[in-house]
Amino acid sequence: MSEPTLLSASGLTLRFGAIPALLDVDADLWPGEILAIVGESGSGKTTLLNVLSGKMAPQSGQVMYRDPAGALQDVHAMPAPALRALHRSDWGFVHQNPRENLRMAVSAGGNVGERLMAQGSRHYGHIRAAAIDWLEQVEIDADRVDDLPRTFSGGMLQRLQIARTLVTHPRLVFMDEPTGGLDVSVQARLLDLIRSLVRRLGIAVVLVTHDLAVARLLADRIMVMQRGEVVEAGLTDQVLDDPRHPYTQLLVSSVLQA
Amino acid sequence: MSTMEGYNFAYLDEQTKRMIRRALLKAVAIPGHQIPFGSREMPLPYGWGTGGIQVTAAVLGPQDVLKVIDQGADDTTNAVSIRRFFARTAGVATTTDTSAASVIQTRHRIPEKPLREDQIIVYQVPQPEPLSRLEPSRAETRRMHALAEYGLMHVKLYEDITRFGHVAISYDYPVMVNGRHLMAPSPIPAFDNPKMHQMAALQLFGAGREKRLYAIPPYTSVVSLDFDDHPFRTTRAPHACGLCGATDSYLDEVVTDDQGGRLYVCSDTDHCETRREAGHTGSESPLQEAAQ
Repeated sequence: MSEPTLLSASGLTLRFGAIPALLDVDADLWPGEILAIVGESGSGKTTLLNVLSGKMAPQSGQVMYRDPAGALQDVHAMPAPALRALHRSDWGFVHQNPRENLRMAVSAGGNVGERLMAQGSRHYGHIRAAAIDWLEQVEIDADRVDDLPRTFSGGMLQRLQIARTLVTHPRLVFMDEPTGGLDVSVQARLLDLIRSLVRRLGIAVVLVTHDLAVARLLADRIMVMQRGEVVEAGLTDQVLDDPRHPYTQLLVSSVLQA
Repeated sequence: MSTMEGYNFAYLDEQTKRMIRRALLKAVAIPGHQIPFGSREMPLPYGWGTGGIQVTAAVLGPQDVLKVIDQGADDTTNAVSIRRFFARTAGVATTTDTSAASVIQTRHRIPEKPLREDQIIVYQVPQPEPLSRLEPSRAETRRMHALAEYGLMHVKLYEDITRFGHVAISYDYPVMVNGRHLMAPSPIPAFDNPKMHQMAALQLFGAGREKRLYAIPPYTSVVSLDFDDHPFRTTRAPHACGLCGATDSYLDEVVTDDQGGRLYVCSDTDHCETRREAGHTGSESPLQEAAQ
């Protein structure tokens, strides 16, 4: 590919004592692309996500991010204020449990508007209009804008979290098991929503999931991890239809055929 | 007045005063930034002004004239006790007259009369952290101050406007000092917030239990937080003072009987008395009643 990468990681290594969480992991992400990281529990997926997003420092290796001006930034060498500013505006993070990200004592509108206010938006009417617009985009009734998140269902909470994350039009969103803990029909609707939003807005996504079906539905490219190592990487269809590595073959064959 | 035997001037020992003055210098250098200090046990309970009394003790000199106000009044328990405390331990002159005082320790009010450059006002602060109700972790609020991330405070204002149609903070209304630090102005009414802006006097804040000091140097910008389309507004009871007839001062509502009787009087007693001496009368003043 001739286009420059948005996020590029090389040689990431991180051990928790004797346990290798990441072993010499390389990853590249191009603008507007969805990269899925799959693997079983404990394979280092979430650690990789945390390292890529700068939340956790690797013992070796580096993560480079291309900012909107086109300059390369070393995520782990950035000053803390710059990294936090990046997390507030250009990046987003969608947690498995929306309660970690949302303020449960603040109305849905306040939750969506928080990132705008953090960026310096000081016009109540505009913030509210943006909040209502985003609630509608994630298929939450505009009437619910003043309701507290605790009156929302699990699926609605997850959609609210997505609205809150996307309101600042990030270029890169990290998602950690966004469909975990939801029932199948709600999951399908959420996946559909994520896919259409991400495609329409041209957002690049790093998606962590243990669910191959989610990866197949959303991702352009896929990375399979086992014990901290990337055992196979490539185009989603290629990897899932023609797995090379024994572990990937095992993963693919263990999915129940409907 | 003679000082008490066995106490250092103004109760605190000189090393403690030095420590507080050092913290105060730092506080003045970074307007609105909270400076930790080694708060001492004082002979009054936390919440009664242990922070304010230590700051006053540290800045007081033998030539100073001290005024102490509590909820605007010079004659309430807290004001009387602290005034007497310094009269006995420092032997300084005390006054109730705002313009005659060089140091004013206050709780809940700023005097109605504008302060001058040669005056210092010391606030008693129960909770110095404006974000305390919104973010429980002090480590996190310190980080937010360091990075000037104050979006969360606006989330609170947003919620108020959404729920009540206006910002429902009537006291301790958060302010932005010198365009940089978010600051709790202590529980003064929002009515007094504009007086802090570009004030000629030095403003010092002491929180004894929380062990924090902060300050606003003279002529510093102090802006109450608001939204462009919901600007900051002050509120006062829509009445004239019953004793002096003032229509621009902050009023206390006094219940006078069990028949729904109400008396509205200036909360700043010195302001009210000065006006009455100048011949102003209100609807409830004794003179008025005698005339009827």
